[in-house]
Amino acid sequence: MGSKPRLMGYRRENGTMGIRNHVIILPLDDLSNAAAEAVAKVIPGTMALPHAFGRLQFGEDLQLTFDTLIGTGVNANVAAVVVIGIEPKWTQRVADGIAKTGKPVAAFSIEGKGDLQVIQEASRVAAMFLQDASGLVRTEAEMGDMIMSIKCGESDTTSGLGSCPTTSQAVDRWVDAGGTVFFGETSELTGGEHLIAERCIDAATRDLFQVTYDNYIKVIEATGANLLGSQPTQGNIAGGLTTIEEKALGNIAKTGSVPVVGVLTPAQMPDASKPGLYFMDSSSAAAECVTLMAAGGAVIHLFPTGQGNVIGNPIVPVLKLTANIKTAKSMTEHIDLDVSGLLRYEYDLTKAGDMMMDVIYDTVNGRLCKAEVMGHREFTFTKLYISA
Amino acid sequence: MAITPPQYLLHHDGDNVAVAMEDLQPGTLHGRSVKEGTEGTAVLNHAIPLGHKFALTDLAEGDAIIKYGIKVGLASAAIKKGDYIHTHNMRSYRWEASRA
Repeated sequence: MGSKPRLMGYRRENGTMGIRNHVIILPLDDLSNAAAEAVAKVIPGTMALPHAFGRLQFGEDLQLTFDTLIGTGVNANVAAVVVIGIEPKWTQRVADGIAKTGKPVAAFSIEGKGDLQVIQEASRVAAMFLQDASGLVRTEAEMGDMIMSIKCGESDTTSGLGSCPTTSQAVDRWVDAGGTVFFGETSELTGGEHLIAERCIDAATRDLFQVTYDNYIKVIEATGANLLGSQPTQGNIAGGLTTIEEKALGNIAKTGSVPVVGVLTPAQMPDASKPGLYFMDSSSAAAECVTLMAAGGAVIHLFPTGQGNVIGNPIVPVLKLTANIKTAKSMTEHIDLDVSGLLRYEYDLTKAGDMMMDVIYDTVNGRLCKAEVMGHREFTFTKLYISA
Repeated sequence: MAITPPQYLLHHDGDNVAVAMEDLQPGTLHGRSVKEGTEGTAVLNHAIPLGHKFALTDLAEGDAIIKYGIKVGLASAAIKKGDYIHTHNMRSYRWEASRA
C-alpha cells in the first residue's frame, strides 16, 4: 500500500478527536424545531437538528432522549451547540450535560419570550460560535483517537458476500491500530447470536451480551407477529434474503474477527481507556441505530448496502459501500465505494479492504461523503415506550 | 486474478443453497465457494434474479437450509435440486410466525 497519508482531525476540549466541525442548533423537543431551524437560516453554516420527540416522556425512555441529545452535542464532530427548548429546566439539563466536556454551549427557552426573541438571542450566540469554530485547525490524528460505527441496511445476499466482509477488513484494521468500533442491530443477530457470544472477551461481557440480546428478542417475540416484510424487510426480500437468520449471518460478516470488548446500552459512551469492538444494544432501523451510535461518540460510519439505502446523519459521515453491481450503477449519487468486483474475482478481499481504507482516510480528512453531499441528515430517536 | 466471473457463489463447501451473481436463466452454470475456492457447476431450473438463491440438493419439507455453513431456515415445502428458493418454500426456524 505504501505510506498512508496522515489523518487530520479536530481535537476537542475533552481530548476526543472529530473529523467534522459542525455548529449545531439542537432543539430539546418537537416544539422547538421551528426556532432552531430559523436560527440555522439566519446564520448559514450552522445546522439545525429537528426531531419528533422530547415532550412528556418519562423514566428510561426520557433518559434515552436526554442521552441522545447530550451525546449528539458531546460528539467530537461538533464544535459548539445552541440548545433551544420550550421549557428552561430540561433545556438547561441538556446544555449542562454538553458543557461538562468544556465545549461551547448555550441554552435558550421559548416560554415567556416567544420564537422571535429566542431566534434573535440564539442567532447572536450561534454567529459567535460559528466564527470561533471556523478558526479551529485540524491536527494530526490516529485511529486510536476516533470511534467508527458500522451498520448495514437494505441488505441483500451480496451484503454477506461482499460489502460486509469488506467492512470487516476496515473493522479489524481500525481496532488493530488502537481504535474503537461500534456494531449493534440487536434483533439482526438472530440465528448467529452465538457467534457474537463466542467472541466476547470474558464471561461477564458474554453474560451481559446474552441478557441484552434475550431482552430485546423477548419484546419482539411477545408480539407474536409475522415479521416477514418487517425483519427481513421487503427490500431484503426483493434482494433475495428470506429469513432473519440468513440476514443475521450477513450482518455479522461485517463485524471483523476481533473480540467484543464491551456491551453498551443505547447511546452509551464507551470507556475511553478500553478501545476495541463494542456491541451497542440498538434497533436495526438505520437512522435510529446511526443516531444512537453518534450519540455514543462515533465520528465516522461504514454502511454496507445491497439494494441501496440512502441514509445519512447530521453530524457523522455515513459511507455507503455495495457489492451489488445493479445498485452501484443505478444509485451512484449514494454509493461511496463499489466492491462488486470482489464477487467477479477482479480483486481479493485484502484489496477491497485497501479500497475501503482509502475512502475512510479521504473522509476523515474532510472530503464529503455522498450522504453529506446529498443532504441526508436523518436524526431519529429511539422510543422505548409510549409518552405519558 | 484471471478467474472467470462466477455465475453463482456459495459461502462454504457443504452449503445446500447458492446465490446468483447475475440475472440467470435455467441451465448449467459455473460457480465457486467463497471460503474454500472450490469451483463447480450446478443446474438451475428457473430464471432467478441477481442475489436470489437456488437449491444445490433435493430438500424435503422441514429440512435445514444451510448457508455460511449454518442453518438459516427450513424448507417449508419439498424443493428439488436446482429449484428457486425464497419465501414460497423457505421459512425462519427462530421466528415461527414469520412465513409467507
